[in-house]
Amino acid sequence: MASSYSAKEEDGQRAGAPGPAGNANSGKKPDNTAFKQQRLPAWQPILTAGTVLPAFFIIGLIFIPIGIGLFVTSNNIKEFEIDYTGTDSWSPCYNCAQNYSWNSSTPCRCTLPFTLEQPFESNVFMYYGLSNFYQNHRRYVKSRDDSQLNGDLSSLKYPSKECEPYRLNENKPIAPCGAIANSMFNDTLELYYIDPNGTQTLIPLMKKGIAWWTDKHVKFRNPGGSNANLTAVFQVSTKPVNWRNPVYELDSDPENNGFINEDFIVWMRTAALPTFRKLYRIIQKKNNMTPTLPRGNYTLEVVYNYPVNSFEGRKRMILSTISWMGGKNPFLGIAYITVGSVCFFLGVVLLFIHHKYGNRNNSSDIPN
Amino acid sequence: MLRRRINLLFGGDEKRVDSRTIYVGHRPCPATEAFIPPKFCDNRIVSSKYTIWNFLPKNLFEQFRRIANFYFLIIFLVQVIVDTPTSPVTSGLPLFFVITVTAIKQGYEDWLRHKADYEVNKYPVIVLEDGRSIRKESEKIKVGDIVEVVEDETFPCDLILLQSTRDDDTCFVTTASLDGESNHKTHYTVPDTEKDLQSLNATIECEQPQPDLYKFVGRMHIYKTDQEPAVRSLGPENLLLKGATLKNTKKIYGVAVYTGMETKMALNYQGKSQKRSAVEKSINAFLLVYLCILISKAVVCTTLKYVWQSQDGQDEPWYNEKTQKEKDTYVYLKMFTDFLSFMVLFNFIIPVSMYVTVEMQKFLGSFFITWDKDFFDPEIQEGALVNTSDLNEELGQVEYVFTDKTGTLTQNNMEYIECCIDGFQYRNSDSMSELDGFCVTDGPVSKLQQKAGRDKEELFLRALCLCHTVQVKEAGPDEIDSDQVDGLVSELSQPDEQRGFIASSPDEVALVKGAMKHGFTFLGLENKSMKIRNRENNVELYDLLHVLNFDPVRRRMSVIVRSKSGETLLFCKGADSSIFPRVRQEEVDRIRMHVERNATEGYRTLCVAYKQLSPEEFAVADAGLRDARLALQDREEKLMAVYNQVETSMSLIGATAVEDRLQEEAAETMEALQGAGMKVWVLTGDKMETAKSTCYACRLFQRGTELLELTVRTLEDGGRKREERLHELLLDYHKKAVQDAPPVKAGVTRSWSTANQEYGFIIDGATLSLVMNPSPDTNSSRYKSLFLQICQNCTAVLCCRMAPLQKAQIVKMVKNSKGSPITLSIGDGANDVSMILEAHVGIGIKGKEGRQAVRNSDYAIPKLKHLKKLLLAHGHLYYVRIAHLVQYFFYKNLCFILPQFLYQFFCGYSQQPLYDAAYLTMYNICFTSMPILAFSLLEQHIAIEYLLDNATLYREIAKNAMLKWGPFLYWTVLGIFQGLLFFFGVKYLFSNPALQDNGQVFGNWSYGTIVFTVLVFTVTLKLALDTRHWTWINHFVIWGSLAFYVFFSFFWGGIIWPFLKQQRLYFVFANMLSSVSAWLVIILLILLSLLPDILLMVFRKPRGPHARQMKRRLPSSGTSTIFMLSQTTSTHSFSWSD
Repeated sequence: MASSYSAKEEDGQRAGAPGPAGNANSGKKPDNTAFKQQRLPAWQPILTAGTVLPAFFIIGLIFIPIGIGLFVTSNNIKEFEIDYTGTDSWSPCYNCAQNYSWNSSTPCRCTLPFTLEQPFESNVFMYYGLSNFYQNHRRYVKSRDDSQLNGDLSSLKYPSKECEPYRLNENKPIAPCGAIANSMFNDTLELYYIDPNGTQTLIPLMKKGIAWWTDKHVKFRNPGGSNANLTAVFQVSTKPVNWRNPVYELDSDPENNGFINEDFIVWMRTAALPTFRKLYRIIQKKNNMTPTLPRGNYTLEVVYNYPVNSFEGRKRMILSTISWMGGKNPFLGIAYITVGSVCFFLGVVLLFIHHKYGNRNNSSDIPN
Repeated sequence: MLRRRINLLFGGDEKRVDSRTIYVGHRPCPATEAFIPPKFCDNRIVSSKYTIWNFLPKNLFEQFRRIANFYFLIIFLVQVIVDTPTSPVTSGLPLFFVITVTAIKQGYEDWLRHKADYEVNKYPVIVLEDGRSIRKESEKIKVGDIVEVVEDETFPCDLILLQSTRDDDTCFVTTASLDGESNHKTHYTVPDTEKDLQSLNATIECEQPQPDLYKFVGRMHIYKTDQEPAVRSLGPENLLLKGATLKNTKKIYGVAVYTGMETKMALNYQGKSQKRSAVEKSINAFLLVYLCILISKAVVCTTLKYVWQSQDGQDEPWYNEKTQKEKDTYVYLKMFTDFLSFMVLFNFIIPVSMYVTVEMQKFLGSFFITWDKDFFDPEIQEGALVNTSDLNEELGQVEYVFTDKTGTLTQNNMEYIECCIDGFQYRNSDSMSELDGFCVTDGPVSKLQQKAGRDKEELFLRALCLCHTVQVKEAGPDEIDSDQVDGLVSELSQPDEQRGFIASSPDEVALVKGAMKHGFTFLGLENKSMKIRNRENNVELYDLLHVLNFDPVRRRMSVIVRSKSGETLLFCKGADSSIFPRVRQEEVDRIRMHVERNATEGYRTLCVAYKQLSPEEFAVADAGLRDARLALQDREEKLMAVYNQVETSMSLIGATAVEDRLQEEAAETMEALQGAGMKVWVLTGDKMETAKSTCYACRLFQRGTELLELTVRTLEDGGRKREERLHELLLDYHKKAVQDAPPVKAGVTRSWSTANQEYGFIIDGATLSLVMNPSPDTNSSRYKSLFLQICQNCTAVLCCRMAPLQKAQIVKMVKNSKGSPITLSIGDGANDVSMILEAHVGIGIKGKEGRQAVRNSDYAIPKLKHLKKLLLAHGHLYYVRIAHLVQYFFYKNLCFILPQFLYQFFCGYSQQPLYDAAYLTMYNICFTSMPILAFSLLEQHIAIEYLLDNATLYREIAKNAMLKWGPFLYWTVLGIFQGLLFFFGVKYLFSNPALQDNGQVFGNWSYGTIVFTVLVFTVTLKLALDTRHWTWINHFVIWGSLAFYVFFSFFWGGIIWPFLKQQRLYFVFANMLSSVSAWLVIILLILLSLLPDILLMVFRKPRGPHARQMKRRLPSSGTSTIFMLSQTTSTHSFSWSD
């Protein structure tokens, strides 16, 4: 048995160790290394009121200006939002929303007038917003085939099972498959500026640069390479059930067609919360002299294709300028100011306490 | 006789027989008509648990019997079967890892056992068969084989010694590998067996195998062709145990009686029952809480899901249709699978990795004990030994310390001090010079004026020389000056005196040495006759007729010798209490005074008595002894009866005093332990006076301590019935110590102020058994609780005259008392094993009384003084470390999973995970595991030296303070606070998901990644805040894991992974870092999460150790007065330790 062997060693060891300590048989003596003796040199921070107090003040002094900066920046961002769902009878889109049918060949159009009280300087970003739309539902989120979207031909023919029930249509594989692609947002939004003299000017909307660069160039690829004939490549597949056009007819520009259509890519990045906005178009500023969107009257022309009434969703169009911190969001500024103030306040309170009660203790330290 | 044997044989048909019959050499003996070769197991040792074939199933089965593993297996299976949000890999991989590592470890250990078994089983042995010596493999030995063993070989099985090459029919054996006692033990051949083993015709009847190493009863029938069968009794002295080694003897022959798994060694080889630490129990309690949280989370989500889905259009909006399979599923089944899915989603709250980390922490952490050079004892060239790493943290929780006295508090290094002959004191001068030549002419040096008569002196010294079981070590040429044997005291340098003495008890050696100082030298035992050299340098020979062995119940031993002049003498020595009643009372009074004085000075006293046996008396005694020795059943009892009968009406000739010096720093250690709030109980077999003086010397009792005595002496005072007196005393003491004592403030059990009266309690074994097992008629069932209450209010308790079992009884009683305090037993001898096994933590001292205590202990240390560091420093640190580890693990997983739970409210209760699967899997394995492991191995929130100097710090963690519900609640609230903060902080940020300066928006994976980044940083920095001891390892691991997280995230999102179904995180992390808002929110949330902790630290710190140091200062050991009872001239054991 195992135990007997160690015991035998011990016996022999004892017999051989009558000599003075340590010299004859130092092999068994534990190493005197700092690690083994738990004496590694160590920094022993002591958080006392004395050390923490300045930290509170410093945090306060840093956070409050940042917060003010953020708050001001956020406030300077111009944002305009218009709901065009058409749930109310007075809404111009009421008819489109009520009489919606999947199969109607003629798209329903509605026009919403609005007024910008302030001019929008520099680039203006146009978003569409959806509410009560669960893009983050598990069944929804996983219902996609990234290898198909990456241009994999076998996945084009045999889409992933995750795409069910949007995988096959009449025994032909759907491209792009899955619930996300199938439910792609397909309203068309157009902006007209109404001159004070009454003429309508179509505002040019740029549809490039709305998707992440890496998505557009790496993650999403058309099958058969960049120069292939998309129509031919996608022949093996069929269009998603709810789509009017097949994927190779999303845009006339070959750089923005098929899977690398930016509207499509933006849609495929599932939103985090059921109320979300997605970048639709960019209105580029013309020059430094005139604002991109001068104040005045505008109309929003909507080709109403996307039904949201069935799940009590809302649709919005948002115009927003952008700062270095992104879109308008006062949260960060307020949070920073609050935290900064709290720290500062705590600093004062602690200083008071420290001054009154703490003097006795700040001299002693843990001896090393 | 014959009939009985036949009966036995018939009895053999039944399943259990209480004895077995062995045919020596497999020769049928004439007495039995039919030779039925009995079936016994072969000599193969199997200590391994697995074979190649059953390893996998058996090991897996055993591993999954652990509840935690089983739970994770269930989660894994659910993930495989049910459509769950996370892939089975996320929980399967860690589980697989854990199971594999454990299996490999166990497999390796088993392989080692296999190897050891193989080595033992294939060891070549020589078996005598038909007159020829045949080499065989050890495993082929059968019961009844005659086996030859040569010097320095171990016995392959349990043998009855038949023949030895030594002239005196003995052989020497060391049982170091069995019980660790490395002294040579003498074993005897069966008397009067034939020299020619070939013609030996005998059977052996012996008991069925039993594990007690020191018990064996058997009987050998020797059949000679023309004579009545001779019967010889067999005892443990005839039995050579497997595993023991033959020493000093060229060759022996023995017959195998027990083989293989039936040997005493194999029967003793069994796993100790596993002790579980209090921390483990806390973990299980917390686990239950978290399991409840988990289940309630899943229930809440499932319920809300179905409430939510019942609204129009939410269950299945047009954009998100169910698959056909989902539609077909029965709704209740769907609910159930939803519930399981939520369970799986939230199951990370109980992490597999915690078990791994705790195990690793314990395993690796225990190395620090073995590595500690402060535990290294240069004398025995050994350091501390850790037998189990499961109890590291328990060392920091000890409330009661039960210590043995002899060998633990004292050195068990006996030195003969003085003797008292016939009432006159003979004291050796302390200086060695006077000792150099011994006083052959004048008799013993007498410091006192009077001397006893020369006859008495010589009788006494002869008694000392004869009444023992000491052997003279025959020094080989290489062993001339080696002193390594137990109990060997060699202070004498004359070449003549280089002989060493070997004895099982160091007292005996001290006495023989003492006699030598007075001129009587024991020369050795030859052919059953003892040789002594008297003062005139003449050699006297005595025939050793009987040895009435020492045993702890009788507390005495005797020899019966016959001098050359034909007198038969009985010499007896033993404890005063066992001798006094057996001698004439008028002699007692003269000596009692000396004995008691010696005892109060801390000496061990033995009384020596003798008796001259008339031939008739001897004949009776001889017959009685022989009969008793031959008895197969109740031999012990029968022997005891004869012993008691023989050892009567002796005359007392003197007493001896042997000093047992205190262990190094025993007093300081005890003081530190008491300062740490531990109650020290001394449990000893020694007599009260000796033990009491040791207690005073160890400062367990102080000058002001009022002693409450509950011993036979106090009980017999009033001349009333013992029970009545006991009742009265108990009530009296209870009133004194419990009721009148001012209510003890929480946390401070013993203050250093003199305001409180301190009590010490003394009880002896006899009284204890009265208390523990009161006679049924008295209304005294309350005694036990009264006794316990008194003891708990005393600073120190001394229990003397304890039998080993009583020690365990006491430990058990305290262990099971209210509040179930953590107990620690420390001892060095075989008699302490029971209490070492009984206590929560058992500590063995690598002392002189063999290794049994060490083998059965959880931790073994070379010296008592090491206990202080073991408990105050190591125990404290281990406890703090593991408590922090456990709390931290629950905390970090709570704030890990809480956002995921909250996310369900915003994703339609669809079990959508917030984090990517890689993050879910790696969080506990890679990102946050190393810092806490390093912390739990290296943290020293208070420096070791400071812990040692301030024993009171130990009280701060008493009663599992860091794992109480209070701290647990704090950590849980902190986790919930941070989880809420992470989730809602990021949620408010995502109220506008356009977070980049190019207007592009973030999706759900960015959301999860931001939360996760905040989480990893917060949790790691929280640990950094808690770290009080930053070694380079901590720096490396903490900053390293953060860097690793960042690196991993880049890497994970930087590649289109070919085998992954979804590229969810592709460039998500990089995009997140390109957003200023994300940076700002991460910084803000981290800081805000840590703010409560920082605040608390500031508020808490003033109450830290510095303040304490000012309030209460321990009296330093240098200034405290040492109080000794009537201490005048004797040397003080602890004085040299300064």
